[in-house]
Amino acid sequence: MSPSRRGFMAALGSAAAAQGSSDMDDQQTDHEHQLVPSDMTLRVKALESLLLEKGLVDAAALDALVDTYEHKVGPRNGAKVVARAWMDPAYKQRLLTDAPKAIAELGFQSTQGDHTVVLENTARVQNVVVCTLCSCYPWTLLGLPPVWYKSSPYRSRAVIDPRGVLKEFGLELSPDVEVRVWDSTAELRYIVLPERPAGTENLSEEALAALVTRDSMIGVAKVAA
Amino acid sequence: MNGVHDMGGMHGMGPIKAEKDEPVFHERWEARTYVLTRAIGAWRKWNIDTGRYWIEKIAPADYLRMSYYEKWFVRMVNLLVETGLVSRSEVESGKPDPGSKKATPPLTEDRVPAVALNRNIASNLDPKIAPRFKTGQAVRAKNINPTGHTRLPRYARGKRGQIHLDHGVYNFPDTNAQELGEHRQHVYSVRFASRDLWGAQASPHDFVYLDLWDDHLEHG
Repeated sequence: MSPSRRGFMAALGSAAAAQGSSDMDDQQTDHEHQLVPSDMTLRVKALESLLLEKGLVDAAALDALVDTYEHKVGPRNGAKVVARAWMDPAYKQRLLTDAPKAIAELGFQSTQGDHTVVLENTARVQNVVVCTLCSCYPWTLLGLPPVWYKSSPYRSRAVIDPRGVLKEFGLELSPDVEVRVWDSTAELRYIVLPERPAGTENLSEEALAALVTRDSMIGVAKVAA
Repeated sequence: MNGVHDMGGMHGMGPIKAEKDEPVFHERWEARTYVLTRAIGAWRKWNIDTGRYWIEKIAPADYLRMSYYEKWFVRMVNLLVETGLVSRSEVESGKPDPGSKKATPPLTEDRVPAVALNRNIASNLDPKIAPRFKTGQAVRAKNINPTGHTRLPRYARGKRGQIHLDHGVYNFPDTNAQELGEHRQHVYSVRFASRDLWGAQASPHDFVYLDLWDDHLEHG
């Protein structure tokens, strides 16, 4: 083995032993492009080649997985569901009563068996989704969650100070609006059906879907016309 | 466990930093860590609850300092060794142990479309399992402090709420995470008034809904 590879693996081993690393403090915020491969880059490469050599994972499957999560899922899928619900009251009713089935109607088979629940926002009720214990998120429909959703500030505050959190997202609610925070502690996955903005009566379903943001389906934003 | 992962209601974590036009993965190693974890999951050596538990077992100071996918990486290495898929000497040497047999990966490219987006969570596993509570019923979350995995957050323990919805039957993570059995039972959406959780500082118009299992609840 080359000395450099031995170094990577030693680092890999020490990560496992210490359950942590000392030089990654800025990982969460520092996403600048780096010319020198980062410590994590080397460690993950070392692990991947070990797992490939042992026949535990398949290289083509790994690439296909990356492609799936980067290109095949994302908030655009959720936006299509929202737009359909805005256009079709009967569909909306089905969506609110049996979301997995209604979502599958649009061809998103993945959410069958996904235990999705759709929460309707109105002028009187604002639903907000969080996972205080980890990072549960309706990723089969919205894609992988953003960093802020998985971060300590959001997870800690969404349940105790939802109005303060919403204000940070630029959404100030009237004091008499009911706020419902859904802490995803089980395998149910919550998606918010945001309010349809005024002045969109003449828009097509496609144009409506283009208005729907990821944040509005988490419940931290409204949809703007 | 009363770990730092159970952070609902904690103060001092700072402002929320939302990034505009955030990429799915910021670094290639994050993508590789994520998909390696998924591909290794196809060996079915551990369940989803065990996976969550092994993130929680990361020491508190490390948990807060490490990025999300760093935690995933550490969990994967630890679970690979724990379940014997990889030996400690292989982790240290970076090479398969001499004489070890090459395995056949359970997840191949052709199976990715069927597997990648399928969470494959079993529910309504046994319709004969009766619910202990009814919709609308007053309940109290038990005051428990298990040292192992639990999905009952600290902030709700001992607090009164109301059964909003019966979701059906699911595995019980508190035992399943430690390979102590699935103990299938009903899961409910339980509605708590924020004032009951946080006191007078909370708005009377705010509510928190948690999904809790029969074993987390008692008659309120």
